[in-house]
Amino acid sequence: MALRAVGKRFASGVTALSGIDLDIHRSEFLSLLGPSGCGKSTLLRIIAGLSAPSSGIRRLSLATGHAERITTGNIPAGRIGFVFQDPTLMPWSTVAENVLLPFRLSGRVGRAERARVDAEIGSVGLAGFERAYPRQLSGGMRMRVSIARALVTDPDLLLLDEPFAALDEITRMALNDDLLRLWANRRPTVVFVTHSVFESVYLSTRIAIMTPRPGRIAAELSVDLPQPRARGERTSPGYVALCATVSEKLAKAMAAEPCRLK
Amino acid sequence: MKRLWTRFGRAAAPLAVGAVLLALWEIIVRAEDIPPYILPGPLLIAETLWTDGPSLLGSLLVTLRITLAALAAAVILGGGIALLFSLSRVLALSLLPYAVILQVTPIVAIAPLIIIWVREPFLALLVCAWIVAFFPIIANTTVGLNSADRNLLALFRLYGASTGKTLRYLKLPTALPYFLAGLRISGGLALIGAVVAEFVAGTGGTETGLAFRILEAGYRLAVPRLFAALFLLSVTGVVIYLVLDFLSGLLLRHWHESAIESEEEE
Repeated sequence: MALRAVGKRFASGVTALSGIDLDIHRSEFLSLLGPSGCGKSTLLRIIAGLSAPSSGIRRLSLATGHAERITTGNIPAGRIGFVFQDPTLMPWSTVAENVLLPFRLSGRVGRAERARVDAEIGSVGLAGFERAYPRQLSGGMRMRVSIARALVTDPDLLLLDEPFAALDEITRMALNDDLLRLWANRRPTVVFVTHSVFESVYLSTRIAIMTPRPGRIAAELSVDLPQPRARGERTSPGYVALCATVSEKLAKAMAAEPCRLK
Repeated sequence: MKRLWTRFGRAAAPLAVGAVLLALWEIIVRAEDIPPYILPGPLLIAETLWTDGPSLLGSLLVTLRITLAALAAAVILGGGIALLFSLSRVLALSLLPYAVILQVTPIVAIAPLIIIWVREPFLALLVCAWIVAFFPIIANTTVGLNSADRNLLALFRLYGASTGKTLRYLKLPTALPYFLAGLRISGGLALIGAVVAEFVAGTGGTETGLAFRILEAGYRLAVPRLFAALFLLSVTGVVIYLVLDFLSGLLLRHWHESAIESEEEE
């Protein structure tokens, strides 16, 4: 996907984004890194087609190979998976029903689809919980269900908005590894919003650093660590050095932007 | 064992209070030698209930039929209107004030008019009861339908869900707890509406419901029978509420905070 000069201004007068130029490459794992309020979530919603930019254009080319200009609503359903910061499950449905939702909404619910649902629930480590209700699950488990739902249609584009922010450190690290494993399987294009330097370096192939008010992309850099991540990668010198570099770039970018109070 | 005790206790507590109050009542009536046409004691009322039971129950059935029909109409029409309101803001804005007007106008005042306009007695009483009962359902269900989680709405849009699918899989389940809360209120209101309408109709109806029996007993100074009929009415109201409450629990027990039994510490 290519975003050119994308800006977003809300009715309240707040300019969330300004002058965003971003290329998103197929099968890459891109993190949008930045502090709260820098428009990361807004940008993600624009990428998803849930929100229209106030200015600028988006171009999307799917597996078909040709690029087309996107307006809200003409992204084919099921090609995108979205994971919110909150698990966003339907509390009145079981785990299996929740993961089945994308198929229900597109109208195809057959044996093949149900098999996909069971497989996906198994792949996030929740086999046996198909008939459980969300309120019976822990936060980490609910997030896994949310991820399973996002992946069940085998999307080309997977978007995650700080999905692990509300979880404890241990669960967070486990889910990081699970996410990478799931990504390695089918290699969708991933755009991952986070405010954690460590998480962005650990997960991504590329990081875009954003600064707030108005949101813009201050820097981009590639992550050259081996994929899949080796055991103990979190303490490897390569990882640590990259974290330091990214932190520094982030700090520099934050300092360079005058903080406008609005 | 503890579970059983709490279940039993939950029902026994109000019954115990009731028993104490009834005992006090009986004692006061006897001690003060109050004549039965002013305040009958509970024992006399029980006796009257036994002798007049069959005929009173017949009347109760008449009132109950109107109540349940009005409740069903409130659910169907009220629910349907709420659905329309959720689909069209314009409709909601234009019609909701009239629903409010209908609700706050005292039924006692407009019942005579309705009984004149609607010739058929059963239907007239039904309309009156419906007017009293429909508003909580519309108000609550409308709020419920508009309370869908914003993120879930976005997700539905992302997956290309039609309005119909969004309604069926998201908005209606979201609205269910709100609707059931409104239903519990409307149950009692339907009974009140039926009774008030009957009071106003007086001898207009061909069948005599319990309200009319109350009026009649009052005219004839058959006060114990009056009390017996009132007692039956109260019991009916309580039973209606309990049934609706049970239904609500049944539908929501898996997921809604209001219906989940407290769990032991893990």
